[in-house]
Amino acid sequence: MTLLSIRNLSVEFHTEEGIVRAVDEVSFDIPRGKTVCLVGESGCGKSVSAYSLLGLVSPPGRVVGGEALLKGEIEQDLLKLSEQELRSIRGNRISMIFQEPMTSLNPVFTIGDQIIEAILSHQAMSKGKARAKAISMLEQVRIPAPEQRVDEYPHQLSGGMRQRALIAMALATEPELLIADEPTTALDVTIQAQILELLKELQADTGLSVLFITHDLGVVAEIADEVVVMYASRVVEKAPARELFANPLHPYTRGLFNSLPSLGGSADGRLKTIEGSVPDPLAFPTGCKFWPRCELAVDGCRETEPELRTLAADHPVACDVIEGGADD
Amino acid sequence: MTEKGNEKSTGFWRTAWKRYRKSRMGMLALAFLGLLAAIAFFAPMIANDEPIVCRMEYTNADGATTNELYFPGVQETLRQFPWVGPALFSAPPPFSRMDFKFKKHFKPGRDWAIMPPVPFSPLETSEDRIQGYSGRHWLGTDELGRDVMARLIYGTQVSMRVGFISMGIAALIGLCLGAIAGYFGGWVDMIISRVIEIFMCFPVFFLILAVLAWFPPRIENIMIIIGLTRWVGIARLTRGEVLRLRELEYTAAARALGAGPFRIVFRHLLPNALAPAMVSITFGIAGAILVESGLSWLGFGVQAPNPSWGNILRDGYGLMATTPHMIPPACAAIFLAVLCFNLVGDTLRDVIDPRTRGRGT
Amino acid sequence: MLNYIIRRLLIGLVTLLGITFVTFLTIESAPGDIVELMLWERPDATEQDRQRLREALGLNDPMAIRYAKWVGKLVTLDFGESIKTGEPVTTMIRRHIWPTASVGIISLALAFLLSIPIGLYSAVHQGGLFDRIMSTNLYMLYSVPSYVIGMVLILYLGVKLDFFPIQGMYSDNYETLSLFGKILDQAHHYVLITICFTVGSLAYYSRFVRQNLLEVIQQDFIRTARAKGLSETRVIIHHAFRNTLIPFVSLMGLTLPFILSGSVILEHMFNWPGIGWLYMESVMSRDVNAIMGLNFMTAALVLFCTLLADLAYGLVDPRISHD
Repeated sequence: MTLLSIRNLSVEFHTEEGIVRAVDEVSFDIPRGKTVCLVGESGCGKSVSAYSLLGLVSPPGRVVGGEALLKGEIEQDLLKLSEQELRSIRGNRISMIFQEPMTSLNPVFTIGDQIIEAILSHQAMSKGKARAKAISMLEQVRIPAPEQRVDEYPHQLSGGMRQRALIAMALATEPELLIADEPTTALDVTIQAQILELLKELQADTGLSVLFITHDLGVVAEIADEVVVMYASRVVEKAPARELFANPLHPYTRGLFNSLPSLGGSADGRLKTIEGSVPDPLAFPTGCKFWPRCELAVDGCRETEPELRTLAADHPVACDVIEGGADD
Repeated sequence: MTEKGNEKSTGFWRTAWKRYRKSRMGMLALAFLGLLAAIAFFAPMIANDEPIVCRMEYTNADGATTNELYFPGVQETLRQFPWVGPALFSAPPPFSRMDFKFKKHFKPGRDWAIMPPVPFSPLETSEDRIQGYSGRHWLGTDELGRDVMARLIYGTQVSMRVGFISMGIAALIGLCLGAIAGYFGGWVDMIISRVIEIFMCFPVFFLILAVLAWFPPRIENIMIIIGLTRWVGIARLTRGEVLRLRELEYTAAARALGAGPFRIVFRHLLPNALAPAMVSITFGIAGAILVESGLSWLGFGVQAPNPSWGNILRDGYGLMATTPHMIPPACAAIFLAVLCFNLVGDTLRDVIDPRTRGRGT
Repeated sequence: MLNYIIRRLLIGLVTLLGITFVTFLTIESAPGDIVELMLWERPDATEQDRQRLREALGLNDPMAIRYAKWVGKLVTLDFGESIKTGEPVTTMIRRHIWPTASVGIISLALAFLLSIPIGLYSAVHQGGLFDRIMSTNLYMLYSVPSYVIGMVLILYLGVKLDFFPIQGMYSDNYETLSLFGKILDQAHHYVLITICFTVGSLAYYSRFVRQNLLEVIQQDFIRTARAKGLSETRVIIHHAFRNTLIPFVSLMGLTLPFILSGSVILEHMFNWPGIGWLYMESVMSRDVNAIMGLNFMTAALVLFCTLLADLAYGLVDPRISHD
């Protein structure tokens, strides 16, 4: 039961220095009631992919190809909708929360007003009922004393509470999909754990799908049902979470896992890293974008860009060198 | 450590200049200001009733005849420098001063001269009163027969001088006080901030006129008093910048290395706080020119017969009903000068501010 | 919030004291003698008369005492008598305050009302034709000194085309006009001078609104508002502009010194009997008491408006009012 099916999404930025293809033929599915984690380093195109789903990519960025099929009574391609149609989906069927809770709320309005605004712009009801709903949402996200908090201003809340308020606002309209763009990166680890816990509970209660964007494998381990790994604008590996953690296949993914420091320390006492650095989007390497940093690279990698091949069950990988399953 | 600090500053200005160059309006405005400065500096060679260079035969009172090359226009220009000037007086020919009146002794056939483009002195009265624009007097004459163009050109001198010197004074006071207030904080800051606030409450013209009511309106006084009223804006800005920079790590590092407070303020903080102050100073010059021309218009600025854009405007105002030819040139001069300073200031601000980088206005 | 108010008031009081000090010093530092000035027309005055006048004016007291006495009189709004006319300065001021105040209020309101839509539209359609035309024109208007505008207006609209009267507040035949005629006549006289006052502020405010709005639109909470599915109009006007309004309100309070400063020249030019005109007259006749009184009054007024602006800021910005 897929909720959203993304196929060959491509986004380009036409800048003064040249055309940057920030998202290149990205495809993955988001099933109902599950959490899909979109993983990758900064600049790999994961945020842009998510923004493009709601038409929030601003010029000079443009979606140049692909489709994002939202299933429902009628199937709609999000990428082909008009601005007006998109607006009826934003905050309604698909909600989004962002990375900086400290600055994502308007400082001059109460959080209650902002939540009520979200409700009333999509659902017709009296202000009183909307307010009651706002309070109940605040309660659901475990904000203490919600009847008081609802009339407070953002600067009177801590970072963690603001993020909860933002989640409350995003879920007030009972959306089917919540896109979360690194919502915990700016928060303390303990708060982060609470937020993740909250999201899992809310998902269990409402059957919400979550597209969770992150660069933190620890977070992925906490909440992911499925994982999509991106590197330099492309999807390099997709797998259910357990499978990925048990059996990472793509050299990049394996590099990511290897670079996680462990308590016991490694054999030679040094931290493992992936050699080199993320390529400049204006000058991507030819062929497979990862080959300059890849231990397994051969000549062919420089020439042809690998497509996703299914090497193990439900486990497509974009690499022409490795074989499925075993260590190479 | 200090070398690094200075290196950062010069690198910063070089990049700033490179970015400034990209702005067409900014470069145009800067070019125009350069033109104004050139006009102001070379005024005696542009508008003068004495030539730039001439060769004349002159018989003095003792009967001795000399035939020399003279450079009256050039001399007068150089005389504007404080030390070069007097030296020129005692110099041998051809730099010796003409001790005779050019006009009286010039014989067209025998002598030759290269006259400045506007062959009139700003103070030279004539019988051609209140003439409109003509071939002879490009911008006409005023009620005393003086050439308006010549007066306008010398007015440029006044405006440039008042603008730069008064802002120089204001900058000196403002930067120092602002930096001190920002760095030391505490009651030093309290006092300086209160002084700033007090001065900001007085409308500019009110305060200046109150002083000029008693002191003779000589141009030096005007420059000083304008400087003394405009320092507050710069001080406030500098204080803000220093406050911000004080919190950055490199101040703590400097202190850890044992640098004393004055060293920190003047060698580290001020050069970096200078950038926004420069913007303010540029706008301040525009403001100073406005104040000076306003004062001259009211009669409290440059006094007759000396020319200033403001009093040309005022003379024109008096003649407005019949022959208003003096008004447009003076208005244009003031407007263009202020506009260009504002443009330069704006462009400078865009170039310096890292936030507006790459985002068009 | 209360803390904020009290603190601002206290600081304001200190500043007020400082203002009295500066005003007093400025006049004190003047060379020349009040008594000489006053007795200018009276060559028959003896040295005895001079001494008596000095005593009467309290000029023989040390400076500190004179300062204290002067401040004491200030508290009761007694600025002394005009040296020129003998009339109490306060009465003089009261007579001349309405012309300046009326023009000031009208031009402020006009500038406020016009600059908001201009700034809003320019920011929303950044780089568009309206924005580019407006930016250039407003920029140029902003660079023209108000008296140059006055001069141009007087020349073209007043003298050459004779559309508007250029002197004073009323025509000569004012008394003979009907009520409607009187209103029309006054309005007619108001036009040119109000334009001069408005132009500068209009240009500055519009640029400010545009600039500030552009910055606000870059903020994260605007992105959140869009992601909620709100219309772009609501995002700009309700969410973005509300944030711009805060600094804008306090900006308006800070324009007063410029209005007063400009009034000196403009009122002189238009023969408009306001505070600026009065000040010029006082300066030209070296009327010490009037000069001091006017200086103090205008500075105090500016201080008051600044405080009001700060207060308004505190009220309008929830980060301060709810703390």
